[in-house]
Amino acid sequence: MMLSIYFITTLFLVICLVFSRNSKVQEALMVVFTMLQVRFCVYACCHLREDIFNYFSFDALGVLLLVVLTIICIPVFIHSHIYLTRPQAKIESAAVYYAALVLLVAAMSLSFLANHVAVNWIFTEITTLSAALLIYHHRNKLALEGTWKYVFICAISISFVFIGILFLSLSLMHAGAHDLSYKCLIASAQQLDTFWLKLAFIFIFTGYTAKIGLFPMFTAGIDAKDKAPAPAGAFLAGILVNVGFIGIFRVFGVVANSEAFEWCRHFMLITALITLFVASAYMVKLHNVKRMLAYSGVEHMAIVMLGLAIGGVGYVAAIMHLIMHSFVKSGLFLHFTQMYRLYQSKLIDDMGGYFKHNPFGAMVLLFGFFCIMAIPPSGLFVSEFFIFKAMIDARQILVFALTAFFLTVIIWAIARSVMQIIFLPAKREISDIKFSPWESVSQLILFLIAAYIGINPPEILLTLINESISMLAL
Amino acid sequence: MKEILLIIFLVTLFYMSIANRMRGYIQVLSIQGVLMFLVAFFQLHEVSAFNLFWILLETIIFKSVAVPYFLSTIIKHNKITRESEPFLPHFVSLIITTAIVVGTIILASMIKDEHLDKIFFVAAVSAIFFGLYFISSRRKLLSHVMGYVVIENGVFILSLAVGNEMPMLVNLGVLLDIFASVLILGIFVNKIGDVFKDADVDSLTLLKD
Repeated sequence: MMLSIYFITTLFLVICLVFSRNSKVQEALMVVFTMLQVRFCVYACCHLREDIFNYFSFDALGVLLLVVLTIICIPVFIHSHIYLTRPQAKIESAAVYYAALVLLVAAMSLSFLANHVAVNWIFTEITTLSAALLIYHHRNKLALEGTWKYVFICAISISFVFIGILFLSLSLMHAGAHDLSYKCLIASAQQLDTFWLKLAFIFIFTGYTAKIGLFPMFTAGIDAKDKAPAPAGAFLAGILVNVGFIGIFRVFGVVANSEAFEWCRHFMLITALITLFVASAYMVKLHNVKRMLAYSGVEHMAIVMLGLAIGGVGYVAAIMHLIMHSFVKSGLFLHFTQMYRLYQSKLIDDMGGYFKHNPFGAMVLLFGFFCIMAIPPSGLFVSEFFIFKAMIDARQILVFALTAFFLTVIIWAIARSVMQIIFLPAKREISDIKFSPWESVSQLILFLIAAYIGINPPEILLTLINESISMLAL
Repeated sequence: MKEILLIIFLVTLFYMSIANRMRGYIQVLSIQGVLMFLVAFFQLHEVSAFNLFWILLETIIFKSVAVPYFLSTIIKHNKITRESEPFLPHFVSLIITTAIVVGTIILASMIKDEHLDKIFFVAAVSAIFFGLYFISSRRKLLSHVMGYVVIENGVFILSLAVGNEMPMLVNLGVLLDIFASVLILGIFVNKIGDVFKDADVDSLTLLKD
């Protein structure tokens, strides 16, 4: 019932937003949607572990990611509002922007809760559509190029996922079942045909890499996060990766109960290591802050995949890492709007002396970068530490050494840029603007949440995480 | 009958690998649409009449008329040159296509599965890999779109192979077709052609690290 209300009201709001030509009306509609989203999230929390129509279920991981999405969407909406009230912003593009944002949030929420391979796939498709609208916001040549690349690669990737689903259905026919819901798949995992299952896993994994940002299809996401307005980029970098993760993770849960498990783990391990290598190679020569943040997302998703592939304590750490990464990365993207207003450039070489111009913001930014580099007190440090511990426990010394090496390179690359932005004097004249400290508060809150749940994870969080990994063979 | 149609489909892939004109590609895509229509008609004998009607309607209207029509309008509207400008000579292209088809036949012969019609697997997987090869070996963006349409046709054939047991998957394939084509062609018709005058991959190099 609540799901239908959510669905229909969202569609109605999207249509209203597209045709709204008054900024007050747009604000009101966005407030209505925020309330709806919060209400839906509360409803999901109250009805934990329940199924709806056999296609959706409020399971532990879905609800957890929905809560993360709902928390982050509030600052993103606020900063989108600030972003769109600049004097040069047009009311028509604001209408499309808000509509796409609402569509994106709804599609992501429903894809988290989907309990059916095909339903998840459909909502992932819708995220492509809405993300394309957000990337094309500026309507110039560069934005068009970014949109084209994103749409084309995502189109190929969703075809790949669909091929994977077809192979999965072939595999399922051996078990004599026809229901492609995850529950049914896990229940009949033992009887699934291994050959088709492996093939299905390769295609589904490769397809979702476009969303999660792993090798080989990560390139689309990088351009997308670079060209989308920074508040939308916060969504693309912080939450959309979770959509890709959940697509992979659900199928991984099926595979974990079958005979193809070892093989698929090795596949994931190799992909994650290649991704880390690629991320570290690109990070060293980057000049653009947004692209640097995007590549850092690629790196963190590789670490999450390593956690899943290694197993043991790595499972819990991987999901913790994913959640904290969402908070930190979206906070950093939100802060970027202030930096851009000051420097009017994305290039690191054009920046400098940020501390002098915006002291409070600079401190928040520094804290955010500490978080993303996984230096204590960052919560990411804790999860990375446990993933490393899982590697040692599993006697994967070579993987440990390679990961440590790549991470060192990445930390060096990020730290070099951060020091230049915050402390070194700028190489050119910067016209001083006043920043209100309030603009940085939302990011500080997001970083503090990430630090808190890393250092002192609440009991309920651990229960939910343990429940979401309960179907994996420990 | 199905076998003959799918073999003709494979032959169209060979033709596409050596065709020289953009218009030739469009004709091939249109023929492929008609082939899809016939294969779906002969294959899906266990799905409900209404569902079958909807699938057949999509293949004949969308795949064999609408998409080719859109593509040729784009060529006319943007005055795209007729030559396809491949990176590789036709001879190499033909060899690669043969290798793809032979490879999938070998792969199919290794599968022992009574649930799957091998010829569907060969046609579908060949089309998917041929599409990927086609995308990476042509310079024009419009030929990338065509390569993507070939991939979609391959996916559609694969979904027909399991269509009798799970008709829902065929419907999803149709949905994917419409969604992705509209999105991609929509961007193309409206924007890319106007902004990038001679739309090929060399003009899309502004975004880089």
